[in-house]
Amino acid sequence: MLSNEKLNELKTFSQKVRKKIVQILGLAGSGHPGGSLSSADIIVALYSGIMKYDPLKPRMAERDRFVLSKGHACPALYVVLAFKGFFPVEDLDTLRKLGSHLQGHPDMKSTPGIDMSAGSLGQGLSAACGIALAGKIDDKEYFTYCIIGDGESQEGQVWEAAMFAAHNKLNNLIVFLDFNKLQIEGKVKDIIGPLNFQDKWQSFGWHVQVINGHSYEHIFQAVSAAKQEKEKPSIIISNTIKGKGVSFMEGNLSFHGATPTEEEIQKAIEEINGI
Amino acid sequence: MKENTVNKGTRDAYGEILVELGKDNKNIVVLDADLGSSTRAKKFGDSYPERFFNVGIAEQNMMGIAAGLACTGKTVFASTFAIFATGRPWEQIRNSICFSKLNVKIVATHGGITVGEDGGSHQSVEDISLMRSLPNMNIIIPCDYIETKKAIREIIKIKEPYYVRLGRAKYPIITSDDTPFEFGKGIVFKEGNDVSLISTGTMIDFSLKAAEELAKNNISAEVIHLHTIKPIDEQLILATSVKTGAIVTIEEHSIIGGLGSAVSESVCANHPVPVERIGIQDKFGRSGTPSELIKAYNLDVPDICAAARKVINKKGS
Repeated sequence: MLSNEKLNELKTFSQKVRKKIVQILGLAGSGHPGGSLSSADIIVALYSGIMKYDPLKPRMAERDRFVLSKGHACPALYVVLAFKGFFPVEDLDTLRKLGSHLQGHPDMKSTPGIDMSAGSLGQGLSAACGIALAGKIDDKEYFTYCIIGDGESQEGQVWEAAMFAAHNKLNNLIVFLDFNKLQIEGKVKDIIGPLNFQDKWQSFGWHVQVINGHSYEHIFQAVSAAKQEKEKPSIIISNTIKGKGVSFMEGNLSFHGATPTEEEIQKAIEEINGI
Repeated sequence: MKENTVNKGTRDAYGEILVELGKDNKNIVVLDADLGSSTRAKKFGDSYPERFFNVGIAEQNMMGIAAGLACTGKTVFASTFAIFATGRPWEQIRNSICFSKLNVKIVATHGGITVGEDGGSHQSVEDISLMRSLPNMNIIIPCDYIETKKAIREIIKIKEPYYVRLGRAKYPIITSDDTPFEFGKGIVFKEGNDVSLISTGTMIDFSLKAAEELAKNNISAEVIHLHTIKPIDEQLILATSVKTGAIVTIEEHSIIGGLGSAVSESVCANHPVPVERIGIQDKFGRSGTPSELIKAYNLDVPDICAAARKVINKKGS
């Protein structure tokens, strides 16, 4: 159980993260607010007590790894990495600009703290499997975390990786499904249903949990349960809200890939302050 | 150089060298997509089962896993047939491997039409082209069993992506243990003045035979083998262009995007001379025996000789 103090700390940090996400996307003039905000709490939790890392030694061998397979949500990751000390917070203002180390999608060769380049949907889980597999081969104790999207799960490669991870007993792999129910062209269920993710992952031999992806208690509990699993890889199906935290972005398709105006940024910040 | 009497598979060399290198180099991990017996990658698995993974018939996932393993510092080999190694997972190779310049060696067997009876679906004639367009990708096509071993030994020293193309059939052994192998440097097998025959991979045998035929008609052919397609040996191509003023390229691959294109690009940029390209003429393969197909697709010795005469006639015109 998380203490009230820890919960308050996480809540305050997540507000700071959400405000910064909205601000830097406004500055960039392009990018993906919806998915950044839906996955923000998971990323905040991972870097606030779940994962083992050292911002001064981003390539430390014993660190836990993180692959953001739905790479378009990288503003959330960049903001968290900056606030955690991987690089200066001012760098965030250069997001998506020529010469910036903060590329439109994660680039491990550019940004300190990025463990794997990603962005082309469907590919990150395979890479996460490879990282986890290396841990098994070498008998290392690190965990590999990965966030995939619900729309992304339409890619066949996700299920190739799902089979591989279960077959090779990658219990050191913990995946979050950012289940925000929307993709660029509409509702996921209207595009390719049914959304029986729980059945699908169970039938693929995974340890499956379903949580509220905006509840820190849920996220921390689910991870500690996943770590107890002796054989199976884990998926934590996280019910989330696209655009979470900014009412006019929540569940609003137009904020999948469109950024807020200055006026909207102000409105969003006021609203986040009042959460 | 040895007599062309012994035929051995380049893929056999691959399996053997993996086992040899894997003994001391514990960092090597080998992946295969359910064709390990054919690619010979399984030989590594027989010796080191804890570092060999048959990922199943899932090439896209194989490239992603290779990328992930490489992120942790592993030297990763990923093998399957050339068509499935480059076509199906091209975008995974691009975005998961080459984009981040990861240490993954894609070693594909069954390149070209000499795959034979399996027919066009399994004969890769576009793979060099597909791999050549990728930034950060290096490409090697060894000419025989001995050179394959040298190539594999060499590329594990460089922590970058590589595509190595091997064949299915057994091919004459052209080189010896003493033949130098330097990544990025072509090999002149025979000096000549009238025309340059530049081949890659196992086509060297045809190229050497064509040079002998041409010599009977007093045509002096320079025979060059480019085992490295990327980066291409611009210096050697320039030198031979200046020397002979006429080039024939010979490859078991489409004339679009492969050796012929790479040499032509270099020639055009540095010292324009006429170039004739022997290769698959923008077609798919068909079923047949390897030697029937070599004839049917005009890759044979007489075809090379005809191209040499044609290109010599174009000199200075």
